[in-house]
Amino acid sequence: MSELHRSSLSLHVPEPEVRPGGSPDFSNVVIPRAGEAPRPEPDARAEDIRKLAFTIIRVLNREGEAVGPWAGSLTDEQLKAGLRHMLLLRAFDSRMVIAQRQGKTSFYIQNLGEEAIACAFRKALGPGDMNFPTYRQAGLLIAGDYPLVTMMNQIYSNAGDPLKGRQLPIMYSTRENGFFTISGNLATQYPQAVGWAMASAIKKDDKIAAAWIGDGSTAESDFHAGLVFASTYKAPVILNVVNNQWAISTFQGVARGGAGTFAARGLGFGIPSLRVDGNDYLAVHAVASWAVERARRNLGPTLIEHVTYRAGAHSTSDDPSAYRPKGESDAWPLGDPVIRLKNHLIAKGLWSEERHVQLAAETMDEVMSAQKEAESLGTLHSGDRPSSRDMFEGVYAEMPPHLRRQRQEAGV
Amino acid sequence: MARMTMIEAVRDAMDVSMGQDPSVVVFGEDVGYFGGVFRATQGLQEKYGRDRCFDAPISESGIVGAAIGMAANGLRPCVEIQFADYMYPAYDQITQEAARIRYRSNGDFTCPITIRMPTGGGIFGGQTHSQSPEALFTHVSGLKVVIPSNPYDAKGLLISAIEDPDPVIFMEPKRLYNGPFDGHHDRPVTPWSKHDAGEVPAGRYAIPLGKAAKVREGSGLTLLTYGTMVHVALAAAAETGVDAEILDLRTLLPLDLDAIVESVNKTGRCVILHEATLTSGFGGELAALVAQHCFYRLEAPIRRVAGWDTPYPHAQEWAYFPGPARVGQAMLETMEG
Ligand SMILES: Cc1ncc(C[n+]2csc(CCOP(=O)(O)OP(=O)(O)O)c2C)c(N)n1
Ligand SMILES: [Mg+2]
Repeated sequence: MSELHRSSLSLHVPEPEVRPGGSPDFSNVVIPRAGEAPRPEPDARAEDIRKLAFTIIRVLNREGEAVGPWAGSLTDEQLKAGLRHMLLLRAFDSRMVIAQRQGKTSFYIQNLGEEAIACAFRKALGPGDMNFPTYRQAGLLIAGDYPLVTMMNQIYSNAGDPLKGRQLPIMYSTRENGFFTISGNLATQYPQAVGWAMASAIKKDDKIAAAWIGDGSTAESDFHAGLVFASTYKAPVILNVVNNQWAISTFQGVARGGAGTFAARGLGFGIPSLRVDGNDYLAVHAVASWAVERARRNLGPTLIEHVTYRAGAHSTSDDPSAYRPKGESDAWPLGDPVIRLKNHLIAKGLWSEERHVQLAAETMDEVMSAQKEAESLGTLHSGDRPSSRDMFEGVYAEMPPHLRRQRQEAGV
Repeated sequence: MARMTMIEAVRDAMDVSMGQDPSVVVFGEDVGYFGGVFRATQGLQEKYGRDRCFDAPISESGIVGAAIGMAANGLRPCVEIQFADYMYPAYDQITQEAARIRYRSNGDFTCPITIRMPTGGGIFGGQTHSQSPEALFTHVSGLKVVIPSNPYDAKGLLISAIEDPDPVIFMEPKRLYNGPFDGHHDRPVTPWSKHDAGEVPAGRYAIPLGKAAKVREGSGLTLLTYGTMVHVALAAAAETGVDAEILDLRTLLPLDLDAIVESVNKTGRCVILHEATLTSGFGGELAALVAQHCFYRLEAPIRRVAGWDTPYPHAQEWAYFPGPARVGQAMLETMEG
């Protein structure tokens, strides 16, 4: 009886719409109007808000106005501070990319085009909450007022590097600032964030955790392990997926497969899952605050897919012109997060082009003076550096005899 | 004959294998359209089609697990793990599955897969782009482990690995991709185009797994090594003037014990060198074998030079890396007694 259906099979391998040489095309990316998506009560059940996993929650419209039920989570002063953080991060990135090219460090990863996500999210968290970030959430530190100089010291592996030169540049760690030590092994942080949140519940504390992952890395088993633990124990954790359309050279379709969206992954675990316009500072903040409220009220985990675009190269080791068309970033339909927040402030009568230019200059000055200070403490190949002795420290709380012998042998 | 980099040689091996055997498929992260972050698979998708060379989701367990399934269904997958440091999510599939499919099914199912992975440091890659986990594979029954040190060997060994009936871990020292790096990080590296071992014949040739190569004839001591460290050892011998016999093991499993024993019995002294951390490293296995088989011929303690027992650091890379100075010193000490 099955004879009828027997024909030769063929393998499906997904490909992006356009490759280098073609013109960028995002016509298949459906962008719902700002203000359209409903804002459910935080105790809503996952199955009752399924639609939010397939739409894009947006607050800022094309005129720069904040519209709809998700608007209004931030004061004017907070909005201006948000713009400042994003500009700082952008200036920081541009200086560090140059520093890497000048050989002052080995490697750098920028956040270009994705600044709103980490910067706005950080403002929805409270003191003592913990992020388990990837390498592309420097905005969490900048919006948390972590010193730029300390970040640069880490990037330069210089004498002021709090991590003693051991870690690859941008693999920061600061417990005090709610930023778990970054791993180069993708996705490992996901179940760890859930465990941190479970500990909070076990200890009857009120702190919550946030996990971070990129679209490509959701393919790792650890992503799914994180979801099942979060679901089973209703852990007070926010599960962020930053969908910037690309892993390195692979487009998001390779990790997403046949699922409509990354947010939809959460639904199978019974986790309320929302998609948000990641280039809309206000929308990110509003959705993050909703998820934070759920976690604090012991209502359990939330999955947030931040829809954005990686405007820069994957890292300083990468050249995207080999795999995606030129100008794709400009064609991205959700625009630039800095310009969109600027336009909103202007529309509100709080801002002007002149003040924006001035703020951009101020933030660049701030970054450059931090850079000067950091460079006075050395860079990767010159000036003061962590000693070779530091290499042997911190493997264990107490150095075992074999390491002591090796250190001696090394003569340091 | 053409001069090739090690990347080109690896690519050529896959090209030859895919060309002669339609069951060979190649996949991994970024290996399809882009051709791999080190460009080892560049052009293969264009030449052989998307269903024979394709991008995988970022899931190493998925990559190896899928390769095992494909092998069970008649294919011969050659997969790439982007960096050896990222094989850990696949460790279960590699060590508990691939390694034992033949044994546990008594040959009913087999697992002819090759798992390529760039290994080793020297590129300021920090603790997650520099590791040398070969001993984590040699400790597992059922796996073969290959580590070439030059383009000629890389091509011949990779062809053998792909044609092998059992799973082979193929570790490519990434610091050697462009030239024979000898540990002198402050000097430019001679490109493979200026090196004899960069001479790579066209078409198919195979170098059998389990055969070491004598890269330097000598009578003073025997130096056992593989991968990047072959070139470091050559530099150390030249700089110290120690008349070392240097064996490039090329495959750690199966191991060319005959070549090792013959050489150490001739020289009576042995230094073992690898970049991986010292404790429980493959050097321990080698030292035990040499002690057992050459005990009455040894005139000095066997010495091991290896990476320190710390995670691979970023800024202190050259203090960590067992360079020619450390190797030279161990050679001199071994000559003294
Ligand atoms: C376990 C593991 N596999 C592979 C890599 C190599 N790698 C580093 S970043 C990256 C792409 C990640 O893409 P995505 O998750 O979308 O994050 P994005 O870089 O876009 O922020 C890959 C494949 C790694 N670091 N760890
Ligand atoms: Mg991505």
